[in-house]
Amino acid sequence: MDLALAPETLARWQFGITTVYHFLFVPLTISLAALTAGLQTAWVRTEKEKYLRATKFWGKLFLINIAMGVVTGIVQEFQFGMNWSDYSRFVGDVFGAPLAFEALIAFFFESTFIGLWIFGWDKLPKKIHLACIWMVSIGTLLSAYFILAANSWMQHPVGYRINGEKGRAELTDFWLVLTQNTTLNQVFHSFSAAFLTGGAFMVGIAAFHLLRKKHIPVMRTSLRLGLVTVAVGGLLTAVSGDTLGKVMYEQQPMKMAAAEALWDGEKPAPFSVFAYGDVDKGHNKVALEIPGLLSFLAHSDFESYVPGINDTNKALQEKFGPGDYKPIVPVAYWGFRWMIGFGMASFSIGLLGLWLTRKKFLLPAAWRTGEDEVPHLVLFRKPLRPRLTRLYWLVAVWTMAFPLIANSWGWIFTEMGRQPWVVYGLFQTRDAVSPGVSQAEVLTSMIVFTTLYAILAVVEVKLLVKYVKAGPPELTEADLNPPTKIGGDSRDADKPMAFSY
Amino acid sequence: MELHDVWFVLIAVLWTGYFFLEGFDFGVGVLTRLLARNRPEKRVLINTIGPVWDGNEVWLLSAGGATFAAFPEWYATLFSGFYLPLLVILVCLIVRGVAFEYRAKRPEESWQRNWETAIFWTSLIPAFLWGVAFGNIVRGVKIDQDFNYAGGVLDLLNPYALLGGLVTLALFTFHGTVFVGLKTVGEIRERARKLALRVGLVTALLALAFLGWTQSDRGDGVSLVAAVAAVASLALALVAARAGREGWAFSLSGLTIVATVAMLFLTLFPNVMPSTLNSDWSLTVTNASSSPYTLKIMTWCAAVATPVVMVYQGWTYWVFRKRIGTQHIADPVH
Repeated sequence: MDLALAPETLARWQFGITTVYHFLFVPLTISLAALTAGLQTAWVRTEKEKYLRATKFWGKLFLINIAMGVVTGIVQEFQFGMNWSDYSRFVGDVFGAPLAFEALIAFFFESTFIGLWIFGWDKLPKKIHLACIWMVSIGTLLSAYFILAANSWMQHPVGYRINGEKGRAELTDFWLVLTQNTTLNQVFHSFSAAFLTGGAFMVGIAAFHLLRKKHIPVMRTSLRLGLVTVAVGGLLTAVSGDTLGKVMYEQQPMKMAAAEALWDGEKPAPFSVFAYGDVDKGHNKVALEIPGLLSFLAHSDFESYVPGINDTNKALQEKFGPGDYKPIVPVAYWGFRWMIGFGMASFSIGLLGLWLTRKKFLLPAAWRTGEDEVPHLVLFRKPLRPRLTRLYWLVAVWTMAFPLIANSWGWIFTEMGRQPWVVYGLFQTRDAVSPGVSQAEVLTSMIVFTTLYAILAVVEVKLLVKYVKAGPPELTEADLNPPTKIGGDSRDADKPMAFSY
Repeated sequence: MELHDVWFVLIAVLWTGYFFLEGFDFGVGVLTRLLARNRPEKRVLINTIGPVWDGNEVWLLSAGGATFAAFPEWYATLFSGFYLPLLVILVCLIVRGVAFEYRAKRPEESWQRNWETAIFWTSLIPAFLWGVAFGNIVRGVKIDQDFNYAGGVLDLLNPYALLGGLVTLALFTFHGTVFVGLKTVGEIRERARKLALRVGLVTALLALAFLGWTQSDRGDGVSLVAAVAAVASLALALVAARAGREGWAFSLSGLTIVATVAMLFLTLFPNVMPSTLNSDWSLTVTNASSSPYTLKIMTWCAAVATPVVMVYQGWTYWVFRKRIGTQHIADPVH
């Protein structure tokens, strides 16, 4: 079967679908592992029951989520070979190493200790059990680090040489691949966005219960933890986004010009708020701009020259030969805006919430609330009226989705903004596909994965909703009396397991 | 021994680890239909592997990642060539993982039954397909001068590879049966012991045929030793199972897997994927491997990480060493 499509089109769609889907779960997994570990640490240190109930509640949602992250991650490990065999041959010497490191170091960590944590409540002493969830958290961070190092090499290849005889890139400096500024900035940006995502998830669910005045002590604590996480995560996402942007202006000027729909270079360059243009002719028909701001984003001053799409394209043609080196400009432009817009909306709502629910700072004593009361939302001196209070809680619930949308567009922007390159400046996407795999095969696997993922999404969301609504579990005797010996106490030989599938 | 030879061995080790560990959890999945008589028994079976299956599966991801890094050409040819079977395996592994995690998360019987059906099929199918894949790798497939697979999906379903599939399916089921004997208590343990004998006999016949075929087509003295070791340890595993020495039976069925994988890799070397079209187009440890620098870094990583992994995974098995019976399975929903 031969469709009237470029050979890479279907493979790209498939990669986009499987990877964006996978990345819905990744940031939640990273942040919820650490947040759950934090709550469990609070339980071990203070022995306050609300922390243990919170640990169990968020731990459950974390597990429902990580299950999907793990299984969709399996595809990631193999699809380079399946759909992108020429890519794999060209980059394997460089790109394979961080992937192998990820599996050998991070995946084993995560998956082994998650088993210990899930089943270990009545098998491990309290502190060892706590150590297991921290190990999982470390595993998730390491895993993300290695894969981001691999991706950063695609954005900005370093530490390699080209072996002409074998027709491939070969690694010469692995340390550089792991520590180049693209890697460090991408890691910083992705980690902080992950915590923004998990924080917003926590805020949203806590707001859902507080709006209904249910499970107040646990949800009050969760709300504050979530809001702090959103505020810190959001701030760091903005800071790291700015530095990553500056790195990208140096390394991939085309991506950033496309992100601004800046067709021709300007000095000083304006930041585009809205643009609608003619891609074929290479200009904007409608443009709303803030003068000088783009120069500032790129180079930290309001005067510098920023190259545009048309001049960068010309420069790239001179360097790499004839061809079109433009990405799809509207996708880059709007992807960039949706990433920032949704991410920062979530950050603002969190920041607002942190102020509204403050406990003592500049809060009249009359409005301070106890452990089992829903906090008043106090803007200045008085609580918000009931309708506005309700509105804030509802907005907070919906904020959950914003970072997920922002993350997805962030990746779509950075990957599509690099096109036509798969490895920037070295290797083009059209040369990367598997020559031996037919379009029918790619189409088959794309339909299979998309259908399967759609079904699993429904299953997953329904389960999450069920467990969110159920709220934190009541504690049992066994929960409050964890074993003192590894493997469980012998007096419990015939007792049912604390957790079983 | 050059570094690419070391990596050939290490890839074999990773696959061995995978088949040894995920082998029994595939087997346990198959036994949910073959051994369990009622739903509490099914749950006992699933819970024998509950804390460990995920860690077991990572051996596959490591084998995949390490192949990408150490033998990019092998990785590229293998996974683009075996595209559709690999797709089936991936779908199975996705559904299987979700099935374990989600099955007990709702009380409805229909929900749980569906996931149980999924666990059975998604254990059985990959257990079979991995044997088919390795049969084809050893036998060789149509590889052209650009190292691309030039055959169709039906070429992969040849008698030798299909027999290989039956061997892994039977061997993993046997391995799972002796594992269940080792990990359970009560009536199910007794039945597992009896079933082990029957499954073991079938496995022995299939393994004898497959290993004999492999040996006569492409064996040498060393591979013969491995083949004999595989058959002998399988026979001893049967004896041990019959005598009720469950620990021994499990170690020996594991040894059978080790020796079988060793035999296959021995007959493969120095190829990693022979071409049936022209032996000059075969992928070998030399023409498929990464540069010495990459291999050196990878060797350091593997030399440090693998023993550590084995220690903490081994510790997990020790933590969950208690046998499980129906009395340990409480309320259905958590």
